[in-house]
Amino acid sequence: MSLLLEPTPEKIKEDKVYQEMGLTDEEFELAEKILGRQPNYTETGLFSVMWSEHCSYKHSKVLLKKFPVKGEKVLQGPGEGAGIIDIGDEQAVVFKIESHNHPSAIEPYQGAATGVGGILRDVFSMGAKPVALLNSLRFGELTSPRVRYLFEEVVAGIAGYGNCVGVPTVGGEVQFDPCYEGNPLVNAMCVGLIDHKDIQKGQAKGTGNTVMYVGASTGKDGIHGATFASEELSEESESKRPSVQVGDPFMEKLLLEACLELVQSDALIGIQDMGAAGLTSSSAEMASKAGSGIEMDLDKVPQREKDMTPYEMMLSESQERMLLVVEKGREQEMKDICDKWGLLSAKVGHVIEDKRLRLLHEGNVVADVPVDALAEEAPVYHPPSKEHSAFQVNQQVKETVFHIDDTKQTLLDLLKQPTIASKEWVYDQYDYMVQTNTVVQPGSDAAVLRVRGKNKALAMTTDSNSRFIYLDPEAGGKIAVAEAARNIVCSGGVPLGLTDCLNYGSPENPEIYWQLEKSTDGMSAACEQLQTPVIGGNVSLYNETKEGAIYPTPVVGMVGLIEDLDHITTQSFKNAEDILYLIGETKPEFGGSELQKLLEGDISGKVPEINLETEKERQQKLLEAIRNQLVSSAHDVAEGGLAVAAAESLIGTGLGAAITINGDTAAELFSETQSRFLVSVPKVKKEAFEKIIPEARAIGSVTNEENLEIYSPSGEIVLQAAANELESAWKGAIPCLVKSKD
Amino acid sequence: MKFAVIVFPGSNCDDDMVYAVQEGLQEDVDKVWYTEESVADYDAILLPGGFSYGDYLRSGAIARFAPVMESVIEEAQKGKPVLGVCNGFQVLLEAGLLPGAMQRNKNLKFICRPVELKVDNNETGFTKSYEKGESITVPVAHGDGNYYCDNKTLQQLKENNQIVFTYQDDINGSVEGIAGIVNEKGNVLGMMPHPERATTSLLGSSDGLKLFQSILNHWRESHVLTS
Repeated sequence: MSLLLEPTPEKIKEDKVYQEMGLTDEEFELAEKILGRQPNYTETGLFSVMWSEHCSYKHSKVLLKKFPVKGEKVLQGPGEGAGIIDIGDEQAVVFKIESHNHPSAIEPYQGAATGVGGILRDVFSMGAKPVALLNSLRFGELTSPRVRYLFEEVVAGIAGYGNCVGVPTVGGEVQFDPCYEGNPLVNAMCVGLIDHKDIQKGQAKGTGNTVMYVGASTGKDGIHGATFASEELSEESESKRPSVQVGDPFMEKLLLEACLELVQSDALIGIQDMGAAGLTSSSAEMASKAGSGIEMDLDKVPQREKDMTPYEMMLSESQERMLLVVEKGREQEMKDICDKWGLLSAKVGHVIEDKRLRLLHEGNVVADVPVDALAEEAPVYHPPSKEHSAFQVNQQVKETVFHIDDTKQTLLDLLKQPTIASKEWVYDQYDYMVQTNTVVQPGSDAAVLRVRGKNKALAMTTDSNSRFIYLDPEAGGKIAVAEAARNIVCSGGVPLGLTDCLNYGSPENPEIYWQLEKSTDGMSAACEQLQTPVIGGNVSLYNETKEGAIYPTPVVGMVGLIEDLDHITTQSFKNAEDILYLIGETKPEFGGSELQKLLEGDISGKVPEINLETEKERQQKLLEAIRNQLVSSAHDVAEGGLAVAAAESLIGTGLGAAITINGDTAAELFSETQSRFLVSVPKVKKEAFEKIIPEARAIGSVTNEENLEIYSPSGEIVLQAAANELESAWKGAIPCLVKSKD
Repeated sequence: MKFAVIVFPGSNCDDDMVYAVQEGLQEDVDKVWYTEESVADYDAILLPGGFSYGDYLRSGAIARFAPVMESVIEEAQKGKPVLGVCNGFQVLLEAGLLPGAMQRNKNLKFICRPVELKVDNNETGFTKSYEKGESITVPVAHGDGNYYCDNKTLQQLKENNQIVFTYQDDINGSVEGIAGIVNEKGNVLGMMPHPERATTSLLGSSDGLKLFQSILNHWRESHVLTS
């Protein structure tokens, strides 16, 4: 829209133009009140993006405050580009997860690619070198051609971006369920390493200091992306395709290298990524955090197209851009670094004392808004909450008793379930080794990266079992955090903290808001108990289509510290004759389980119980055993139960397992009772191991024969399957589904 | 011995290559920026893998015109060891230092995994520390690794013993499973697998280390002979 065609302030109010931008009548009135006059078109745009759910968390802020965010090792909690946790030696780990669901639903390749780009910038704008990427993905069932298209393109987009930038994509998860059919979830997590001295903040301090723009020029792409991300997907969403930006990973790589050099200079005062709401959020937030204001001359903003209006420049979400605040007089030092990397840089404004965002264009003031109003004072909502109708129904459902006739076939079928099946087809496309630090490759419980030059490593994982959370949000929320911590512990690490990506339907629906409330309660309780503070994250609401909302899916991205490289442990069996232990008793718990989904086609009932104290105690003991080097392999028992865990541990090792169960076959093999671990221990370490975990039950041993044998207490064969049969079922499932052309 | 690792805009395995020399060989190594005019002071030149200029046009097609390449070509012609890994191999092909071209992998997807290679020629300055026919594990990570050359070139490669590494399984559709070749003189090696990613068993394989050791040993031998 050219400047001449922009509606006047009167017209905006009269015709309720603000509604198209996502503002409600009340919100617009509030904006009027703050300004003491009617906002013009540009100003209305500023309010609408900054008060969008995506930028303001207006429906979730109250709940986010419940998360424990403090810990003695937390150097930076929520509020900056990414959170930071101390890992000793004057080093710290920086990480964050973020969603790119809506863009990926309509333009999967670019939607996923720019999701990766955005999360990388959040981490390197803190001054950290990105060392790893993870992705948590959810799709509908692969039997649908549209889902296959989304799945293939999202994976290709992640690969295309991450591989080119040179940050290894080392882990994550992919799950499939019909509720994600029209609204896939694409959550990208980045982990960075930093020396304490290099930690940067996004603050515009010091009146008179210069505001500099670095990176790609600003185009008309992605205008109102944040607003688009804050509404439900509909048939009209396809027409929002222009809201999806196009990624340029080469530019990102140059920007990354330049930023890592820029942060070494003391001329740099503050730096922030121009992510959602681009120039608007970066400038308003940096000023608001510093208690200052910013004046920008938009004529100086590098522009990709002619005659861009202030509205377009401020709301553009063109990728690969950074906003810097630089000590006055030292701009040339910054420019020299940008020049070396072939990057555009421009002085676009300066810090002012007045706490306002003042924009000039062609000599006129085109916007003048208090920065705090934009960054801090979005309305906060406490939407009504109502217990989800499905919850009581499921609480009443009688426990199903499963009788399995063909245990081997059931195991093979479970291994073929796409959520359980090997994700090799996915990670084969990701460069997971670049930077040469990846010790444990994708496929184990957590990815492990060494910290170069030190005898320590980082373990990282993403987790969320949304079926449990749908059936019982509070218990499910606890399980999500506990399972992430289990994965870290199984790798030999101490869980340090987490970042979360809260994916839900519309918070304006009281039943959805209830899910949000209950699940974050559960997560908070687990975070407290397991001492894993939440150091940042992202909220993605309105994940629904006309078919309904997604399952509540709060994804937990967790990082742990492995204090000695000798503690690194994987799920794979190592030596024949090692003793197999199961830690944790098994109960017949099938609500939300893979077995239930497989046999009944849907989920229902009560989810497995979780006791956080037991969880904590078992994790601590297992970690102690691992640190004493008593454990050859460790694997948490999750989807598909013990039989699946045993199969996953033996596939590809050339070894087998002989296990004796001592109860109901279906439960012993396939129940998803929580807080359990399958561990193998060398015979010579039996006593020492049992001293630390006396309650661990010896259930059998690793064998030289390449098969899985499971016996009843009386010695009868319950299940017998060759390792290569298990392997081909597990590895072949996803390639087979992707190739099917029906 | 002094190594140069050429850095183009967008290079991303440059650091890995530097570490392989520093940690694997404990020898000197510098990163050399693409605008430099000469690499004459170095004893070996390494073109790293990953990407260059985003490879938006064609892998290695732009890097081949970077200012530093003139000197790299000159030193290669003088007989200095030049190793191009992955994107570096693609750059060497684009620069005409090695024959043939790269196509998209036959499955049209990026492939990252450890692969089994056979050492077909252990008589080059890059492979003397290997046994002939030795099977080694070295990772690949590429989208365009499907090596192609015409029949005549293939015959020449065979006759001159220029095929250095082949894949034991057909992973990307390369002609005769070719994973790495040298020029006629034997001083320029291009290979798609990443030896710099296989220098410690902690990361899964140390089979790539012998390649770097071979370069060092060869240099030492020739250095003693000429001095």
